[in-house]
Amino acid sequence: MSSLPPSPVRRPPGAAALYTLRHYLYVVALCCVVAVFTTMMKPGRSYGSQLVYSLCIGTICWGVIEFGRYLVDPKHCHNSPDGGHGWPKGWRGLLLTAIGIVVAFYGGNWLAYTLVGSSTPLDPQDGARDSAMGLYVTIAAGAIGSFFFYTRGRAAAMAAKIAAAERDASEAQLKLLETQLEPHMLFNTLANLRALIAVDPPRAIAMLDRLNSYLRATLNGSRATQHPLAQEFDRLADYLELMQVRMGERLRYTLALPDELREVPVPPLLLQPLVENAIRHGLEPQVAGGEIRVSARRVPHAEGEQLMLEVADTGAGLPAGGLPERHDGPSGFGVQQVRERLHTLHGDRARLEMAGLPGGGTRATILFPL
Amino acid sequence: MPPTALIAEDEPLLAQALQAELAQAWPELQVLATVGDGRRAVDEALRLKPQVLFFDIRMPGQDGLAAAAELADAWPAHEAPMPQLVFVTAYDEYAARAFEAQALDYVLKPVQPQRLQRTVARLRQALAPGTAPAGDALDAALAQWRRLLSAAGGAPSGGASAAPLKVIAASDAGGTTVRMVPIEEVLYFEAADKYVRVLTADREHLIRTPLKQLLPQLDPTAFWQVHRAVVVRAGAVESVRRDDAGKMHLRLRGRPDEKIPVSRLYAHLFRAM
Repeated sequence: MSSLPPSPVRRPPGAAALYTLRHYLYVVALCCVVAVFTTMMKPGRSYGSQLVYSLCIGTICWGVIEFGRYLVDPKHCHNSPDGGHGWPKGWRGLLLTAIGIVVAFYGGNWLAYTLVGSSTPLDPQDGARDSAMGLYVTIAAGAIGSFFFYTRGRAAAMAAKIAAAERDASEAQLKLLETQLEPHMLFNTLANLRALIAVDPPRAIAMLDRLNSYLRATLNGSRATQHPLAQEFDRLADYLELMQVRMGERLRYTLALPDELREVPVPPLLLQPLVENAIRHGLEPQVAGGEIRVSARRVPHAEGEQLMLEVADTGAGLPAGGLPERHDGPSGFGVQQVRERLHTLHGDRARLEMAGLPGGGTRATILFPL
Repeated sequence: MPPTALIAEDEPLLAQALQAELAQAWPELQVLATVGDGRRAVDEALRLKPQVLFFDIRMPGQDGLAAAAELADAWPAHEAPMPQLVFVTAYDEYAARAFEAQALDYVLKPVQPQRLQRTVARLRQALAPGTAPAGDALDAALAQWRRLLSAAGGAPSGGASAAPLKVIAASDAGGTTVRMVPIEEVLYFEAADKYVRVLTADREHLIRTPLKQLLPQLDPTAFWQVHRAVVVRAGAVESVRRDDAGKMHLRLRGRPDEKIPVSRLYAHLFRAM
């Protein structure tokens, strides 16, 4: 189950009262049905008096449960879709129902008796048996009513949770898109393209094609869930080629993908944030630039073979004390979203490790089952 | 004598493109050198003493802002007038936001010919002989650099922020305890590597918030930036001295043993009344 907190639902004031009123109307409807039932059980009773009894018991039962749940600590309650206090979990819910039924049975009978007198005026000797019957009916109706509200509430809470999860997923997608279409990268690429058009038109066209497929992959990538590793490497080549036009000799790269691994499915642009980090934090700060090597290979593992993807650079390396602690920057977000995507697909069987290399540089390693 | 310039831009194609656009917009301008990183930008500027600097902001080695700040202090003002500084930047969130739209001392990449024309017109005017007496020219140039650096550095120039900080939450040297330091006790802030040191009369604390993010949260009448890496409590400054080499240092009441450097960019704060 997701650990996401439920989204706070904003409702106009008075909506809570409306929900409570709606609950009560369901209870009234149930009481009418119960009254029909008890009237039919013994001829000679009037529907009117049965309805009064039924309504008195039902109202008290509903009141005790509806308002009694506010006495239970919210941490023991389900999250209500209406925001706030939901149905108490486990035995607390059962206990509340039982208390509601008992209080309603005695309270309701007394109240109805004072209002309309005995429910069976013709046959007072039947009192004891009627009383037992009334208790069964109350228990049954109370249980049915509680179960109805419980399942209804749970379905609504589930729907709210799903909606919140969907919204979070689209937010993450949007943020991913923003990091991939980083304005600085985009505008610098366009500036280079403009310069190239004047001095080297064929190279400008090649660069435009690269930019085209990079943008297409970025925009599609947030939709498709998997693509072949060969395509992943092609997209990295687009990106690295664009960066190489910009950085010239300061960027050198190799992409090593064995033929046998070309068709392995991977989440689109999984490696992109790692390559981007290698350039931005590894190579760009260095006057001499450096080299990036992206490779894929099979490695044996206790639970069958694993795919190992590696992005290594000869850049500035990790700051002393490991990765920067802040997670707000694009770098922190990049690594974090690679982790999250891996976790979604492979759970705990996938890993992402970042390590500083002796002699400078950083290596990011991804491992997941083949 | 033809006007001279230095271009610092790490992307070779963009450096080439800027040079080509400049050749159109300002044919007599002589580009003395094109460098690809912030350190060489400082070295070559000091060696060649051009009249105009075109600096990219994001550069390897050190960025354009750091290079300019270093150059401001190292420039031999008695030998050659301070150069005119122009930042050339691609979309840079903070820069694009901070620069006023009309400011002519920055140019957006890709460089638009019409826009460059206007910048060139301003530069020509600034370089024209006899616009200002020598001493004032230095002050005017420093003021221009200061404005440009504070705009590009992300700190709103001069404007006080809505709610100045009252306490600084700082971790102790061990990093296990967080100390709440009342702002009244802080004598100065100094940027050091990944941290900013927060110094009171008897203690030192570390925070991670960079100086340029901290600055807008400080009361500008109480705290003055005196160096790229140092912000001091103005009321605690005891004296400011200029040494034989012309460098300025200040001493603070409460920390009498420390000499704090004052950048030439901020020397105007301490002019005698």
